[in-house]
Amino acid sequence: MSDTAQTIRPTLNRHVDFARRSLLISIWFAILTFPIMVMRADVAARSIVWRWSNLVWVIAGTFVGSWIWRVALERKKNGGGNPSGPGSRGIAAVRARIAILTRQRHFTLGSFIVLAVVIGIFPFAGGMWQTNVMITALLYVVLGLGLNIIIGLGGMLHIGYIAFYALGAYSYALLNQQFGLNFWMALPVGALIGGVASLLIGIPVLRLRGDYLAIVTLAFAEITRLVLENWADVTGGTAGIRSIPRPTIPGMRMTLPQTTVFIYFTMIALVVFTIFVVRRLENSRIGRQFVAMKEDVIAAQAMGVNVAKTKLTALGLGGVWAGMAGVVFAARTTFINPASFSVWESIIVLCTVVLGGMGSIPGVIVGALVLILVPEYLRAFVQFRMLLFGAILVTMMVFRPGGIIQKRRRAYTISSVEKQQAVTESGDLSIEG
Amino acid sequence: MVLDVRGLTMDFGGLRAVDHVDLQINDGEIVALIGPNGAGKTTFFNCVTGMYTPTAGSVTIQKPGTDPRTITNMRPHLITAQGLARTFQNIRLFPEMTVLENVMIGRDCRLRAGILGAIFRDKRTRAEEEQVVLDAYRALEIVGIGKWANETAKNLPYGAQRKLEIARALATEPFLVLLDEPAAGMNPQETRDLVGLIRRLRSEHNLSIFLIEHDMSLVMTLSERIYVMDYGKLIAVGNPAEVRKNPAVIKAYLGEDVSA
Repeated sequence: MSDTAQTIRPTLNRHVDFARRSLLISIWFAILTFPIMVMRADVAARSIVWRWSNLVWVIAGTFVGSWIWRVALERKKNGGGNPSGPGSRGIAAVRARIAILTRQRHFTLGSFIVLAVVIGIFPFAGGMWQTNVMITALLYVVLGLGLNIIIGLGGMLHIGYIAFYALGAYSYALLNQQFGLNFWMALPVGALIGGVASLLIGIPVLRLRGDYLAIVTLAFAEITRLVLENWADVTGGTAGIRSIPRPTIPGMRMTLPQTTVFIYFTMIALVVFTIFVVRRLENSRIGRQFVAMKEDVIAAQAMGVNVAKTKLTALGLGGVWAGMAGVVFAARTTFINPASFSVWESIIVLCTVVLGGMGSIPGVIVGALVLILVPEYLRAFVQFRMLLFGAILVTMMVFRPGGIIQKRRRAYTISSVEKQQAVTESGDLSIEG
Repeated sequence: MVLDVRGLTMDFGGLRAVDHVDLQINDGEIVALIGPNGAGKTTFFNCVTGMYTPTAGSVTIQKPGTDPRTITNMRPHLITAQGLARTFQNIRLFPEMTVLENVMIGRDCRLRAGILGAIFRDKRTRAEEEQVVLDAYRALEIVGIGKWANETAKNLPYGAQRKLEIARALATEPFLVLLDEPAAGMNPQETRDLVGLIRRLRSEHNLSIFLIEHDMSLVMTLSERIYVMDYGKLIAVGNPAEVRKNPAVIKAYLGEDVSA
């Protein structure tokens, strides 16, 4: 009896404490939201309507929300919940089972096939609207993976990434308008322009790091947008460029729904290509240089890494994908203007990388899908859409600051023969030394 | 002579941190640089390894069997490629990378693979990558931390982190290793191991060693020659016995009033 009493007492005290704090928070929040939630000006009657019932709802809602928040925070602090609790044991068991499953080859293969089938059926089962939303999401996946090379691998806080997306889009639009280049020819050209521009911008900012780099790249994005807006002779100014042709298979006439499906699969191919390249880069000498530079620039150059070259490589590679995504964007919307490339877009791409998990490919993909699809599907709650979106972001960052799927370092296997060889070589030395 | 420094001077604004220092290290020597805190020892290291651009003076290195090369004003990664490797006073590992990857970065200046190699993984790149893993693992075994190859570097115990820094420096294939306070924060047992390791590096790997250290017992047992700095100036040079008796050194360490 006394045992249970002893364990209950601190729990009770804690919850009393939670209740007290939650009450304070809810009062603070009630005061904060008083003008918008309680007061309403009735213009016709020239008076103010007091909606006191709202006050009660705000207080009650905040109180409950705050309590749940505190309990969740505490669980997180105790290493993902009380280990003896039945709920967490269930989660741990599920995690262990997943870990065992993913190690089995046929499971990996099976899930790949399921994924491929879902991807293949999606545009036919989902309809035009769904397919279009997914194309947007996939564009952001490519952008996210590209920016991930710069931020997640190279550790450079780049906020002007969208400028290269704009360059890609405008290069297709203009090359098509002036020289009649089709989509497939423009794709590599856009990639090249994005990469080279990113490289050129990189040269003057080589010495900058962290927040300074962020400010300069932010300024660069704004400069790009302003140039596009004001160089009206070439870019069409704020009116933008119209009737950019959609991508086609040469010699085939396609209806609009068919083109949409075609763009969808083009994007899937581009995403697969991007994943392939980024994965290979990651597990290579270049990828190691990126990570070393991100972790400690001074140590990296002292160990023989050419930091300037590595930075430019990361920037150039990142720009390539922004350029390609830009070409697809222009081809898909058939109309571009500078408003599509505001700094806000840069921030969204940055968010996909940070939310998903810096440096982690599946993380960035999930991050981009969540970040683009959630607001789209939340359209049902028009009024609270952005509020909910913000709440989801904040919650994520508090409870999983490393991102949804965190990056794991690769483990190398050294065969026992090689190990033995290395040991004997150094072992000989230690006997004499 | 593997390292020949002449008249090296480093000013930070009005402060002269290193003042006309001459220093030579012969092939296969273990040389120590000592001095009170703030004497300019680490600044001197940073000038030699290219982290700082010295105000005046010259740094020349000579890899045994090759011609001497002047490396003053050369960028740090190129100096490392010449065969000069260093460790840091405050450990500077790549904390989130594995132990093996840390050492693989040390191999970087000996590798050739570029972007295309990374993407297409041709035969040469694959062979190079396999070799890197092997070479890196060998460096880990030399300092005795091979069993931790796949641990994250930040999770290693302190002494092992120091060893990892040495392994990473060895991986660059140096002929001269600069160790900045390698025994800082180590317990007596770890320090004894370190002395053994440094001697082995010299005898078995034909390295010359240049170290900064505050642990006098280590400096006195290990080094053949000792340079003493104070306020940026060289105040004494000699073997341990000479330096120990040198009145200028005693004054620098213990202050004016104490008579030797």
